Amino acid sequence: MIAANLIAAAGGSFTPPGPADFNLPPVFGEVTKPMILLTLSAVFIFVLTYAMARRAAIVPGRLQFAGEVVYGGVRNTIARDNIGSEHYMRFVPYLFSLFLFVLVNNYFGLIPLLQFPSFSRSGMAYGLALLSWLLYNGVGMWKHGFLGYLKHTCIPAGVSGLMLVIIVPLEFFSNILVRPVTLALRLFANMFAGHLLLILFALGGEYLLFEANASVMNIFGGVMSFVMFFGITVLELLVMFLQAYVFTLLTAMYVGGAVADEH
Amino acid sequence: MHESVLAAGELNPLIPHLSELILSAVVFLILVAAVWKFVVPNFEKAYADRTAAIEGGLEAAESKQAEADAKLAELEQQLSDARHEAARIREEAREQGAAIIVEMREQAQAESTRIVDHGKAQIEAERQQAITSLRAEVGSLATGLAGRIVGESLEDEARQSRVVDRFLAELEAGQQSGAR
Repeated sequence: MIAANLIAAAGGSFTPPGPADFNLPPVFGEVTKPMILLTLSAVFIFVLTYAMARRAAIVPGRLQFAGEVVYGGVRNTIARDNIGSEHYMRFVPYLFSLFLFVLVNNYFGLIPLLQFPSFSRSGMAYGLALLSWLLYNGVGMWKHGFLGYLKHTCIPAGVSGLMLVIIVPLEFFSNILVRPVTLALRLFANMFAGHLLLILFALGGEYLLFEANASVMNIFGGVMSFVMFFGITVLELLVMFLQAYVFTLLTAMYVGGAVADEH
Repeated sequence: MHESVLAAGELNPLIPHLSELILSAVVFLILVAAVWKFVVPNFEKAYADRTAAIEGGLEAAESKQAEADAKLAELEQQLSDARHEAARIREEAREQGAAIIVEMREQAQAESTRIVDHGKAQIEAERQQAITSLRAEVGSLATGLAGRIVGESLEDEARQSRVVDRFLAELEAGQQSGAR
């Protein structure tokens, strides 16, 4: 609010950042910066994890130990606790890759020069959500059969009679249709909004300090804007980790629900 | 206004670009495949090796413990055997000692009896000899005395008693010299 008032008071030609700032021009051909970043992240993750796991030593070195902390966390806390010890090992590679893929692409938003979170492009997030959707539905059908899985997903235990008429469409809607959308939008919106805030405070601070009239109000507003920039950066450090964790955790929970024997 | 709405529609960030959707799905699938093939097996191998190493160590320690227990039991067995043996030997020795004592006592008894018998026999023999020699001596003395008495021809009372006295004195003297 203060920032908006200050901008209005400055009355200059400041244009606030918007969705247009996320449509970066192609670097070459049809290829844009987020596409390059996404591919780079995959290469980076593979090289790093391969280097961590390569020696497979009984007494791990520093690098391997760091890798095992992340791998063990995803394997035991996310995969095993949510999917159950019978089936979880099949999904560990997917979940481990997913966690690192989202995490690294999110942190690209804070790394100087790269400075763009890939998942602030909604298409990227939809792609991952689509894969998770295919995964948990496919696993459910493999386990229960097509109709068996629909019954498993849409009919909660202990519901009968007229209630089914209300419950079944609701369950179908929430479990089959909405889940992939919320999964994608949660990640996309967090990255988009976080990055937008960072752009806003950076550009706004710059405008107030260097381009607007050098009044006390404008200088104070510019300094506060940069303070907010750093504050939001710290917040984003947390949000970016949290989104990677939540995306992976929810995927594991959906898979766990699909392979579960009973509700 | 109309144009700005249109522009906003084009820029709606919720509408995905299909190319980005496909790219992220494909890149991610490739990453999953690579991680599945090259990374996860190594981490799992490290886990398995570690578990095996720990369990192997525990097993080795257990077998060592069992070995030590067996050794201890064996030594204790040996010790108790040795104690048993020692007790047996002591018992045997005691019995042997008792037997020896009994035997010795019997031997001593026999020896003493033998010695006593021997002594008695000797005494008897000496007595016989003494009797024999005494008898011979008394005979000769009596003969001598009788001869003297007869030879003196018993003239008078006085003479007679003198002869007897002298004879007795001689006898005493002979006895004394014999005793000496």
